[in-house]
Amino acid sequence: MAVSAASDKAKRQPIVNARFVEFLTKSWSYLFLLGLVVFFSLTGTGFFSVRNFSSILTTSTLIMLMSIGQTYVVITAGIDLSIGWTVGLSSVTTARVMRDLAAGGADVEYAMLAGVFAGLLVALAPGLVNGLLVARVKVPPFIATLGMFGIVRGAAFLLTDGQQVVRGLSAELREALRGIGNGSLLYHIPDHGLVWFRQPPDLEPTQIRQVSQLLPYPVLITALVVIVFAFILARTKFGRHTYVIGGSEEAARRSGINVDLHLIIIYVICGFTAGIAGVLHLFRFTAGAPQAGEAALLSSVAAVVIGGTNLFGGEGDIMGAVVGSLIIAVLQTGLVILNIDSIWQFIVVGVVIIIAVLVNQLQSALERLQSNV
Amino acid sequence: MSEAILTASGVSKHFGGLTAVDNVDFEVYPGEVVALLGDNGAGKSTLIKCISGVYRPESGRVMFDGSDITHQPPADIRSRGIETIYQDLALAENLDVGANVFLGKEVTRRLFGLLPVTDDSYMRQEASGVLDELDIHIPSLTQKLVNLSGGQRQAVAIARAMYWNAQLVIMDEPTAALGVPEQRKVLALIRSLREGNIPVILISHTMHDVMAVADRMVIMRRGRVVANIARAEASEEIIVRHIVGSAENGENAVMI
Repeated sequence: MAVSAASDKAKRQPIVNARFVEFLTKSWSYLFLLGLVVFFSLTGTGFFSVRNFSSILTTSTLIMLMSIGQTYVVITAGIDLSIGWTVGLSSVTTARVMRDLAAGGADVEYAMLAGVFAGLLVALAPGLVNGLLVARVKVPPFIATLGMFGIVRGAAFLLTDGQQVVRGLSAELREALRGIGNGSLLYHIPDHGLVWFRQPPDLEPTQIRQVSQLLPYPVLITALVVIVFAFILARTKFGRHTYVIGGSEEAARRSGINVDLHLIIIYVICGFTAGIAGVLHLFRFTAGAPQAGEAALLSSVAAVVIGGTNLFGGEGDIMGAVVGSLIIAVLQTGLVILNIDSIWQFIVVGVVIIIAVLVNQLQSALERLQSNV
Repeated sequence: MSEAILTASGVSKHFGGLTAVDNVDFEVYPGEVVALLGDNGAGKSTLIKCISGVYRPESGRVMFDGSDITHQPPADIRSRGIETIYQDLALAENLDVGANVFLGKEVTRRLFGLLPVTDDSYMRQEASGVLDELDIHIPSLTQKLVNLSGGQRQAVAIARAMYWNAQLVIMDEPTAALGVPEQRKVLALIRSLREGNIPVILISHTMHDVMAVADRMVIMRRGRVVANIARAEASEEIIVRHIVGSAENGENAVMI
């Protein structure tokens, strides 16, 4: 009894407050995001405005959508390097189908719908092949998706005949795309108040510059995708099995989970959210571009890691990836507003990734420490 | 003693030219702990895998609870109630106790009467019930397994087998990676399985464990069963002599 009393005493006097450290390690990315927003709001003129926040959210959608699927893959201890080009493939395919159908005399609405459908469908193909390679052929995810990286890249450029964009989108089509890609469900216009669905056409140029998009469509669509996939991961049996596979593939197999099928579905999901990103990219920029997601690939992995998802699998969530994407988007915008060369964003994001991994390790070390007490 | 719940008769398994299990007869009776002993390569693990369905024996029959399970797939044999707890335990250490007891068999409820979501509080509660039955105390059921001790993890694996109505538990070196107090807990768990009338096949190299919990010792050597000794007649010396083969070779054989 004396011994246990002594060890109880030792427990009550930790060197650092364990709860506080645990709180910090678990929510540092949220605090970091908040800190960034406060910092840029105090230092950058025009940063703290509805207009700017809605632009940051819109900017973040590309990385965010890619990081949603990536989170699933990383939780299973995999990685998908191909999705950057899947975004491009999807963007190009959507643009081509729309262009050709519209040129053939189809309604713009019909052409757009068919294009979106084709763009989402084509994005499933690389995911399916990745999944088959990883699950059935046991190719390491890094290698399988690196191969797919090249294949999808080539396919995307073949579809544009080697050009940087799909040529020949009609003005009418572009206008329709812009309506969604740069549109908002709700606008705030000085002297007009709130306006739903459409910006009034008769605004003065000075007014146009002051229009705030309160609910941009790309953000709404992304939010919907976030909610659906966050729910699936956190609450459903499918989500649970994803964590089981990440924790121990062997345990998953022995407990009767169809690991192969599950992995295939996860790589398809990863392609799918990249496909949504590609379609949205086309809507925002009205140009089907093969390299639409090239630069966003590593950012999406960064967002996942910054959000606390463990690259060795088994841990992580969608909200982490959302916060990680927002951190990157805030940095991109904030540095520009501060008039700092945007190249610095690479350095800052790089530092943040390393901090994220260090914090993750600190957390594991802390957990080990606690379990040894 | 009542009738055997598991009977393996004339079981043989070859790997190329090597006879891993050679015409073995092996029984387990309800509520007993049988230690399966032997040197490395004696055929213990192969015999166990012939029972759990991982290997298909070339000859012989395995009967369990009145039915022939000889060439059934592992999943079917498991669903009949033969649970094998391997050294690596097959747990998801990134998840909590409830999730692990229900691994692959998660219980769901309908959110808003519509969306099927995992019913974590139910699973945690059920897990806590079976842990109580086994008299295992785990400080927090929401802890990830990675934060539990080796003995507690072993306990979770046993609790899972219990919860899913194991009729026979096979344990492969359950105390190998544990400290002394933890080893004691696992031995206590094996005893409580026996008290619940669930037979246990225990593969172990630790003589102390075997002497502490086994009712009967079956010793294998070069693929054959060379001795079948009741606890009352066993001593460490006799067991070791059978394991190294000096019992058959006469008194002059060298003991290690």
